[in-house]
Amino acid sequence: MSTQDGHRLLDGHERVAGRKVYLEDVRLAGMLHARILRSPHAHARIVSIDTSKALAVPGVKAVLTGEDTPRKYGVMPVGHDETALAVDKVRYVGEEVAAVAAVSDEIADAALEKIVVEYAPLPIYLSPASAMGARSEWLHEDRPRNVEKEYHHVFGNPAAGFEVADLVVEDSFFHPRVTHAAIEPHGAIGRYDGEGRYTIWTSTQTPRHVQRGVALALGVPAKQIRVIPCAVGGGFGGKSETFSQDVVSAMFARITAKPVRMRLTREESFLIHRGRPENHVHMRLGMNHDGKVTAVDCETIQDGGAFCGYGVATILYSGALLGAIYDIENIRYDGYRILTNKPACGPMRGHGTIATRHAFETLLDRAALELGLDPIAARQTNLLQPHSRTVNELRVTSYGYPECIERVVEASGWHSKRNKLPRGQGIGFGGSHYVSGAANSISRGKFPHSTVVLEADRDGAVTLFTGAVEIGQGCDTAQAIIVATALGLEPGDIRVVSGDTGLTPTDLGSYSSRVTFMTGNAALEAAQQLGEKILTRAAGELQRSSDLFFSQGKISSRVDPSFSMPFLEALRLAVEEEGTLVTKGSYWPPREAQGGTFRGAGVGPGVSYSYSAQVAQVSVDTETGEVCVEKIWAAHDCGKAINPLAVRGQVEGSVWMGLGQALSEEVRFSPTGLLLNGGLLEYKVPGATDSPPVEVILVESGDPEGPFGAKEAGEGSLAAVIPAITNAIYDAVNVWITELPVTPEKILAAIEQDRQKKKPTQRVAATLPSTAKVT
Amino acid sequence: MLSKILRMCVNRETCEVAVAPNRTLLEVLREDLHLTGTKRGCDDASCGACTVFVDGKPQLSCIVLALCVQEAAVNTIEGATTDGRLSALQESLINEGGLQCGYCTPGIVLAAEALLEHTPEPSESEIREGLSNNLCRCTGYSRIIHAVKSAVKTKKMPAGTDS
Repeated sequence: MSTQDGHRLLDGHERVAGRKVYLEDVRLAGMLHARILRSPHAHARIVSIDTSKALAVPGVKAVLTGEDTPRKYGVMPVGHDETALAVDKVRYVGEEVAAVAAVSDEIADAALEKIVVEYAPLPIYLSPASAMGARSEWLHEDRPRNVEKEYHHVFGNPAAGFEVADLVVEDSFFHPRVTHAAIEPHGAIGRYDGEGRYTIWTSTQTPRHVQRGVALALGVPAKQIRVIPCAVGGGFGGKSETFSQDVVSAMFARITAKPVRMRLTREESFLIHRGRPENHVHMRLGMNHDGKVTAVDCETIQDGGAFCGYGVATILYSGALLGAIYDIENIRYDGYRILTNKPACGPMRGHGTIATRHAFETLLDRAALELGLDPIAARQTNLLQPHSRTVNELRVTSYGYPECIERVVEASGWHSKRNKLPRGQGIGFGGSHYVSGAANSISRGKFPHSTVVLEADRDGAVTLFTGAVEIGQGCDTAQAIIVATALGLEPGDIRVVSGDTGLTPTDLGSYSSRVTFMTGNAALEAAQQLGEKILTRAAGELQRSSDLFFSQGKISSRVDPSFSMPFLEALRLAVEEEGTLVTKGSYWPPREAQGGTFRGAGVGPGVSYSYSAQVAQVSVDTETGEVCVEKIWAAHDCGKAINPLAVRGQVEGSVWMGLGQALSEEVRFSPTGLLLNGGLLEYKVPGATDSPPVEVILVESGDPEGPFGAKEAGEGSLAAVIPAITNAIYDAVNVWITELPVTPEKILAAIEQDRQKKKPTQRVAATLPSTAKVT
Repeated sequence: MLSKILRMCVNRETCEVAVAPNRTLLEVLREDLHLTGTKRGCDDASCGACTVFVDGKPQLSCIVLALCVQEAAVNTIEGATTDGRLSALQESLINEGGLQCGYCTPGIVLAAEALLEHTPEPSESEIREGLSNNLCRCTGYSRIIHAVKSAVKTKKMPAGTDS
């Protein structure tokens, strides 16, 4: 059913009626229940584990320890450093040490308390500085000084770029760790069929990555693992890897010959979170009098926690996406991904780009203001050309950023407000972008990134089989719209089967903002082939030439308006001749989108990029330091909105999630590495009373390779909101906030520092080129 | 722990369950009665996904001990539809994009219905206040608030009027 603004979610009825089946709603006959014993130490050797008393508890069916789980896995081929249960040592408070399967959660919990583990504590590294300074006892023996990966990239000639700059500004930025906090907690159900085959129900965005990870962990071929993602109650990147419970539930199922269910608590979901890492960014930016950016130098240190996860990609995105939004000829990037004794980080919405984008957009504002330029004009001086290549070899195609800027400036009344509001009120701008699907897969091989199969049968059903996962972003509905549009049907005419690796063709999954573009293209190709079969048969039957097309549930003729044949009739003719119609479409990223050949070039190239321009209006209480975001205007270049209702929802959700990171969210740890705020009361996400209105403006630049011109909408808007807010705070009270979250304490401290003129200028050189110094 | 018989009226039907004293209403609804529309998000009254009505009042079922609702009338999301038909609010949530992953939605529906019960024409700030016990991590709330407003308008229209 259509609304004025797009299409309702195909399964909206089930969701609002409480009938949608999420992981925790799955019941299997005879199910056991398993719980996990977690490490109380941040870093320690496991000397011994005695599980005998736990096994003796009535109702306990099996116990597992690291001895049973020696096989390593990890989502990236370069980072196979995890085991389902800790082997020999633990690396963070909360790491999985042992597990118990029993007839109830209560009995399993009681049995966990009977497991005796002797630990020998090791030095704890909770900051990147302490971790990098360690001479021995590294988290992983093969990662000296706890450096997971470091990259040093130089594009163009940064030294020369700074030399010619009229002004160089620099500063340090700090973003603490934040997390997805999807409302649905993690869990898994494992089942074993006695013949070597496993089924795992789990809440995941990437069933194929889970299939591969579990296969590695169990040492069985991937074809023997079936992963069913159920309905996913929020992902945001946090459900994109194999988790301990996926492996442990499967192992228990084999040992006990019963299905085994694992429900994680909210605190456990925080512990295994794979959220956004703590980022330490130091950036320098050179600018000419006309606003042209001459060079950027960025160092990013990420505190990635105890395992690699997606960490290599995160640290590379941080540098790579300095490109592809502005035309910058000289870029230097030094990135360090550091291992520490905290829960492992991973991908979170806007993966890797948030801290560097905040730094860049802040310094760009600061430089512009020092040079007497309007921040908008400074950005407009640095625009890219559509269909160009950046200095770090990213291919830019459609580029709606200029229009995003114009639209958001107009909608927000920028020129009548900037610098013109009373003290305590301000308006600020931020821009951002994101890959519309990574052009290179994290799994090796030349395989397509998506395949979609369509099946049409004599009963009139058109069924779409896709490995992409509906996580609330609306991709089932979007694919149905694409197919329905190609076949002249309604989205509700298409039945979508998604996610289940036992039923659907391989798709990399719902992450990296790839589904609309890649899976959408595969769906469109499959639909066009299906349409071709049906039209060909109809043309043969009617002895007509190629003047037929699909429209409104019928086949019509371009030359004879009086002619029409119902779609179902044409489908029946085709099935009579061929049997059930089956077609498929696949999507491979074009080679020219896949970036350079330097070390680390694989991360950053997108098949296209989305763009966002945002303006935030804030009021700052100079007595209490409280910041109130009054309104946000967000213009997003989504190429073409396949479903405007869902696209607007994605943009609003991204903006709001960025707002939470800007103002209130922070994962905190004690000096011994204990997670301090592993609950939704303690980890403060914005509620209904502290969420400002967001005015969304959709810009449709029409991507030449996206399906119907579409590209991503789910991530690109997150990064811009943070600098938009901090730049607005500067407009309001003349202080630059470089450390998140922007708490009242930080505002008051900055105002006080500004008042006393103690804060030194962050400028390195604000003089003419002849005296500009580059350090 | 010795179980006791809990007798309550769930979605207008009487039921009896043997319940241990430490079981929450959420667990009994989900695990014993298989009414899985009520969601577990936090177990500590911080997210609102487990909202149900107890004797007409919204309660967070994850912190209500089941035996405390002896003889009470409990209404869950499964009771929010009439003969399989969605309420005006549920329809609005779908039409306005007031849900994405849908995990918080049953709690949002019941919290908003509770608001509309005692404040049939709420202001925006009353709507925000009425939903302040419920976290949604997908939408940023704007579309949920539009949906509540839109449901109010629909309800005010005489029966049979096309929207």
